[in-house]
Amino acid sequence: MSGDICAHFRLERGDFRLDIDLELPARGIAVLFGPSGSGKTTCLRAMAGLERAPDGFFSIAGEVWQDEASGVFVPTHRRALGYVFQEASLFPHLSVERNMEFGQRRATNAAPHGELDTVADLLGIRALLKRRPDSLSGGERQRVAIARALLAAPRLLLMDEPLAALDLKRKREILPYLERLHDELAIPVIYVSHAPDEVARLADHLVLLEEGRVVASGPLCDTLARTDLPPAFADDAGVVIETTLSGNVADNLSQLEFADGTLHVGRRPEVPGSRLRCRIHARDVSVALERPRASSIVNILPATVSAVAATDTPGHVLVQMRVGGTPLLARITERSQRELEIAPGRTVWAQIKGVALLA
Amino acid sequence: MTMDNADLRAVWLTLQLAGAVTVLLLLVGTPIAWWLSRTRSRAKGAVGAVVALPLVLPPTVIGFYLLVAMGPKGPFGQLTEALGLGVLPFTFAGLVVASAIYSLPFMVQPLQNAFETIGERPLEVAATLRASPWDAFWSVAVPLARPGFVSGAILSFAHTVGEFGVVLMIGGNIPDKTRVVSVLIYDHVEALEYMQAHGLAGAMLAFSFIVLLTLYTLNPRAVRNVS
Repeated sequence: MSGDICAHFRLERGDFRLDIDLELPARGIAVLFGPSGSGKTTCLRAMAGLERAPDGFFSIAGEVWQDEASGVFVPTHRRALGYVFQEASLFPHLSVERNMEFGQRRATNAAPHGELDTVADLLGIRALLKRRPDSLSGGERQRVAIARALLAAPRLLLMDEPLAALDLKRKREILPYLERLHDELAIPVIYVSHAPDEVARLADHLVLLEEGRVVASGPLCDTLARTDLPPAFADDAGVVIETTLSGNVADNLSQLEFADGTLHVGRRPEVPGSRLRCRIHARDVSVALERPRASSIVNILPATVSAVAATDTPGHVLVQMRVGGTPLLARITERSQRELEIAPGRTVWAQIKGVALLA
Repeated sequence: MTMDNADLRAVWLTLQLAGAVTVLLLLVGTPIAWWLSRTRSRAKGAVGAVVALPLVLPPTVIGFYLLVAMGPKGPFGQLTEALGLGVLPFTFAGLVVASAIYSLPFMVQPLQNAFETIGERPLEVAATLRASPWDAFWSVAVPLARPGFVSGAILSFAHTVGEFGVVLMIGGNIPDKTRVVSVLIYDHVEALEYMQAHGLAGAMLAFSFIVLLTLYTLNPRAVRNVS
C-alpha cells in the first residue's frame, strides 16, 4: 500500500545476515523487538540510509527513499527523518538550544521558530535551553535528542533503544514523555527495543526479529497473543489490553472498560475517561470450566479457547482464548489441560490473578 | 645578549616563513588528515608512511630531493617554469614549500588523531539532521577537532621556526629572503660572534619552551601522539 512504510533489506555483515521484508502502518509506534544481535539496529540504520543494503527498497507514504532496482538511493541528509540514537548523541560544542536548532535550521520544511518552545514544553526541557550537554543527566540528554529530532520536521521518527543506556529511574522519567509523543504525534515512529515493558507500553504495531529475520509482524494485541512465537518471546508471554478508566467503585477499586468486558484493579489516580494499557501475563491467568463462586480472584471473564500450544516450560501449555474479540493467554499445566479437556472451541472462565497497569 | 638589525630582520623573516607554512599546512594537511581518518582504502598505510617520512629522514635528504625536484631540470621546477613562476630554490616561496613538506606530519598527525577521536557517530547524527557531508564537516567535525587544529598549528609553526637543514639545502643564506634565525645563528658561531649567537639562541630556547609548555598544558594528548 502506498500510504504505508515498505522496507525490503538484504544485507550481510560478516557472519550476520539481515533479510527483512516489512510493511508497517504509516501511523503510530511500530516496535522492532528482539534479542540483541537480531538485526533491529541494522534494520533501523538501513531505513535511515546509514547502511546501504545492496538491493534494498524503502518507501514511506509513496515517497521512495531507496530503490536499488531503479538506482534510487536518497542520502540520509536528504531524507525527512528524525533519528534518536541509543546513547546520548548531542553535539558537545553546542548548547542545548543550538543542538535543537541544528536540524530545524537545515530542514527545508522546518517547523516555524516558535515550535522550539512547544517541543521543549512537550519534553519538559524548557529550563535547560541555555545549558551545555555535558551538564545534563542521561535522561535530560535523551529528551533533548528527541526534541532535536522532532524539530527537523521529520516524516518518520526512528528511535534506537533510546532508553537502553539509562537506569530504571531515568527510564521512568522518560516513558511518560514518549507516551505523550504517542498521543500527540501525527508521524509514524519506528522504535527499536529489547525491553518487553517498553513494547507493552508504547507499541501499536509489533515486529519480532530473530537472527536477522522477521518472525512476526502485526498489531500489538494480535501479535502478543500468538502461541507460535519462538521461545525467546514466549518466556514472557502475555497480552496487552487497551482500557478506559470508567471510575472508582466500592472497596477502593477502579473499574476499567475494554471492548469486550470490564476489569477491576486497585484504585487508580487517573481521572475517569483516561486510557490505560494493561498487561496480563499468561502465568497470571488460570482457567475453570464453571464460574468459580468462592474465589478470591476479582477478575473472572467468560472466554472461548481458540488454540493450545506447547511451551518451553516443562509440563505446561499455552492456551489462547478470546473474551469476545479480545485475545487472552493462559499458561496451565498439561495435566489440567487433559483433565479439563481444554481444546479449541471450549467455553471456559478465565481467572485473572494479576493485571499490570502500564502507566 | 644583543640583537642588531640583521638579527631582527632574520627574526621577522622566520616568523613570516613559519606563519606562511602554518597557513599552507592548514589548507593542505586538513584534507589529507580527514582522508586518512576516514578511508578504508589500502593506500592508507602508504600515504600515512609518506606523510611521516620527515619524522625520520635527515633534513638534508629531504632538502636534497626537493632541490633536485624544484630545480630547472626537476619535474616540479619545469612545472613552475612553465607556469611562469620561475624556479623555487633560493626564494622565499621555495622555502615555504620545502618547509611545509618537512613539517607535514606535525600538522597531519594531530589532526588525524582528532578526527579519528570524533568517530562516525556525530557525523551520522548530523546527517540525520539534514546536514550534507560538507556542512557536517564544517559545523561538526571542525569544531570537535579544534584541539587537533590548535596542536597542529602550534607544532607546525614551532617546527618551522626550528628547522635548519632543509633551509640550508633549499634556501641558502640570502638576507631578507632565506636567512632565517637558525641559519643566522650558524653564521654568528662561524664568525665567532658568540654574544649575538647567544641572543638568538636564547630567544629560540625561550620560544620553544613556551610553545611546548602551552601545548602540554592545553592539550597533552595531542603532543604525545606525534612523538
